[in-house]
Amino acid sequence: MKDPTVAAALQAARLGREFRGRWALRGCDVDLPAGRVTALVGPNGAGKSTLLQLAAGLLRPTTGRIRVHGHAPGTREAREATAFLAQEKPLHLRFTVADTLRLGRKLNRRWDQALAESLVRAGNIPLTARVGSLSGGNRTRVALALALGKRAELLLLDEPLADLDPVARHEITGLLMYQAAEHGVGIVMSTHVLAELEDICDHVLLLKDGAVRLSGDTGELLDAHTLLTGRADPIETDGLPHAFDRSTVVHATTTGRQVTALVRTPPGSGAATGSPGGAATGAPADPRWIGETPSLEALLLAHLRAPRPDRTEAAA
Amino acid sequence: MEFRVDRRSGVATYLQLVNQVKQALRLGVLEPGDQLPTAREVVAATAINPNTVLKAYRELEREGLVEPRPGAGTFVRRSLSRPEAAADSPLGLDLAAWVARARAAGLEREDVSALIAAVVDAGFTGPGPHPGPPAERKPT
Repeated sequence: MKDPTVAAALQAARLGREFRGRWALRGCDVDLPAGRVTALVGPNGAGKSTLLQLAAGLLRPTTGRIRVHGHAPGTREAREATAFLAQEKPLHLRFTVADTLRLGRKLNRRWDQALAESLVRAGNIPLTARVGSLSGGNRTRVALALALGKRAELLLLDEPLADLDPVARHEITGLLMYQAAEHGVGIVMSTHVLAELEDICDHVLLLKDGAVRLSGDTGELLDAHTLLTGRADPIETDGLPHAFDRSTVVHATTTGRQVTALVRTPPGSGAATGSPGGAATGAPADPRWIGETPSLEALLLAHLRAPRPDRTEAAA
Repeated sequence: MEFRVDRRSGVATYLQLVNQVKQALRLGVLEPGDQLPTAREVVAATAINPNTVLKAYRELEREGLVEPRPGAGTFVRRSLSRPEAAADSPLGLDLAAWVARARAAGLEREDVSALIAAVVDAGFTGPGPHPGPPAERKPT
């Protein structure tokens, strides 16, 4: 799928950013292919917003380098290629909605007024309303209209759906997917709502403690993991069978007699097909152990819960 | 046709799309020559990743049910509808009469469903008497 002649949408090498002695990001290597829908996940303070702001050119790296579609953030080429929606949706509160869109038109050569206006109209927002008088959800809608109207190749969206109602979330998500399907627009969106990601994103970038913990194509990552469920071995403290290779365990929990563990599937074993026992996963062939492909939510939760700072993984 | 995505069903989303197309083919909602909705139409309505739609269409193509025509879209190649399986077919009428007898015997809806499922399971396991086009089947 990956074409080496096409510049990555977002590429970073040993990227770091320090704020008054605290590293928000450190030693991050990122390589997001163009035209993908990437979920940027991680706990609060993991560095998600910092990464997006670095990509948008609002922050400068302390160490390392970052490129968007091959250009340094802040250059004209990079600014035209990207649209950034900040978490706090900064807009001029005294401007009317029409003024805000006019500003977008003045500042962007490729501005799509029809798209921006249709997004605002779909929310029944009067063009004459002042931005300061709008609800949080409607302000988000205007900010999204500004970002999408730019017709950028890469949308950097920091919690874009957080304050939208369920109907608006569905509509806006559909609109974003349409942009991806029709124009090949790449999307990097941060979110805490993992359950919504399963059908939306095809790529994942998981940050924790300022470092990349998991990165890759969602399908490949799911195939590379197995969710094991079985009866706890009473002799072992973690409940997993004695012979089991502990180094493959991402996270395991014991509830009563049951153990649930998310483990890395050894390459080429094809264990994630639901075959019980899972000899291929390193566990003894035991019908009391069930191996299945995890949901994306289960996969991300396990990696978010994983205690030790284990090595970075890349599926591709 | 319109796709519905049930995020709690536990069935992979692309398979849900595949199954819904097959159901539409069985019901005659889709007929040979009909165009499937384009990926961008589907994603705008269902808010799912475009690659999921493309994966579903590739699977349908692999099964020989649809074919992509470059620049035009994806079109239905063959139907799955069978007149023998319609509700007013002889087999359908037989079954309706049987259900009426089951009700008269005091069976609840769940009992009937369970019984039908069990008989269907039993009837379709192992080497069945059927495979082959209808013309080759000898009337018994």
